[in-house]
Amino acid sequence: MYGKKVKLRAFFLLLIFFVLALSIFLIFKSLEENVIYFKSPTEIKNLSELSDNNKIRVGGMVKINSIKINDKEVIFIITDLKNEIIVNFQGSIPNLFEEGKGVVAEGFIKDRKYFNATKILAKHDENYMPPEVKEALKDDE
Amino acid sequence: MLNYLNPQNFLKIINKIQKFILILFLLVLALGLIEALVLSPEDYKQSDSVRIMYVHVPAAWISLGIFSVISFLSFGILIFKNKNFSLITKSLAPSGFVFNVIALVTGSIWGKPTWGTWWAWDARITSMLLLALFYLLFILSWRVFDDSNKAIKYSSYIAILGLINIPIIKFSVDWWTTLHQPSSVNILKDTTIHSSMLFPLAIMTAAFALFSLLIFLMKYNTELIKIKNKGLDRL
Repeated sequence: MYGKKVKLRAFFLLLIFFVLALSIFLIFKSLEENVIYFKSPTEIKNLSELSDNNKIRVGGMVKINSIKINDKEVIFIITDLKNEIIVNFQGSIPNLFEEGKGVVAEGFIKDRKYFNATKILAKHDENYMPPEVKEALKDDE
Repeated sequence: MLNYLNPQNFLKIINKIQKFILILFLLVLALGLIEALVLSPEDYKQSDSVRIMYVHVPAAWISLGIFSVISFLSFGILIFKNKNFSLITKSLAPSGFVFNVIALVTGSIWGKPTWGTWWAWDARITSMLLLALFYLLFILSWRVFDDSNKAIKYSSYIAILGLINIPIIKFSVDWWTTLHQPSSVNILKDTTIHSSMLFPLAIMTAAFALFSLLIFLMKYNTELIKIKNKGLDRL
């Protein structure tokens, strides 16, 4: 149906495309450590070496009943339901920061249990619903 | 492939349906905006900020969709040397780029009150920025190379290279941890947007798609007229 030249061009282009796609896939695979935006408390616990000079991000859920606010700082616990890390932070927190919701803290780790945050970001999940529906869901629980 | 379609007839047809699509777009946009801004409920958590989503998400979808179409047509351009395909990709790119920028800007405006930051270098946002740069390269390649054969060739290679980025954008939120939330509208999993919010999202997507189609037809029309004026009676 198509000439030899056309077939050759098709093969050549597809080959270029797959070689490039594969190389980019492998690059991303080896750079995984840098592509992820935050680490979970479990990953922090399993880190082979700790450095308190590098800024890192920890993400997870704000543990229920863990937020303590005094006049100088906010202290709360980030959990991934397996491990926890205690975070202290001085500064303004985003509106959506809430117990039981997602959070990403940026800052410096002190040891595997404590984290000095310099910035707090609230993470929004993929659920969108009107308040009435949320209430109805709560009643079901 | 499309040689049996005479550009002369094409021009007539395009002129006819352009008006029809413009009216349809205005109607759908009006309905979409009323649904998104007035009738749809606020979100239980982010309250009225959720309304940004009705512009942000359709814009992102359309920009991804248009780039995918450009990339697949680019394979056709390089393999079959089809000139008509290159007119189509050239005409599609501007609206795709504009929607890409809209997605980035509205995302930033939403991010500040919700996340607490305008920008984050996470995988989703960075790969979306990369898509905008690919669009820019594609569009610029038509201006940089005066020789149209060269422009066709390089723009097609850019589009094919950029195609690798498309699945990365789509699955970035599943493969890596990101600040951006995972997708809410799913085919294989449950959709996690309440139906009262899914409806305006669908209408706004239709409105943006119609707008892209309209801009595409206008651009394509211009390209055909340019060729006609050069005295070339066939593509």
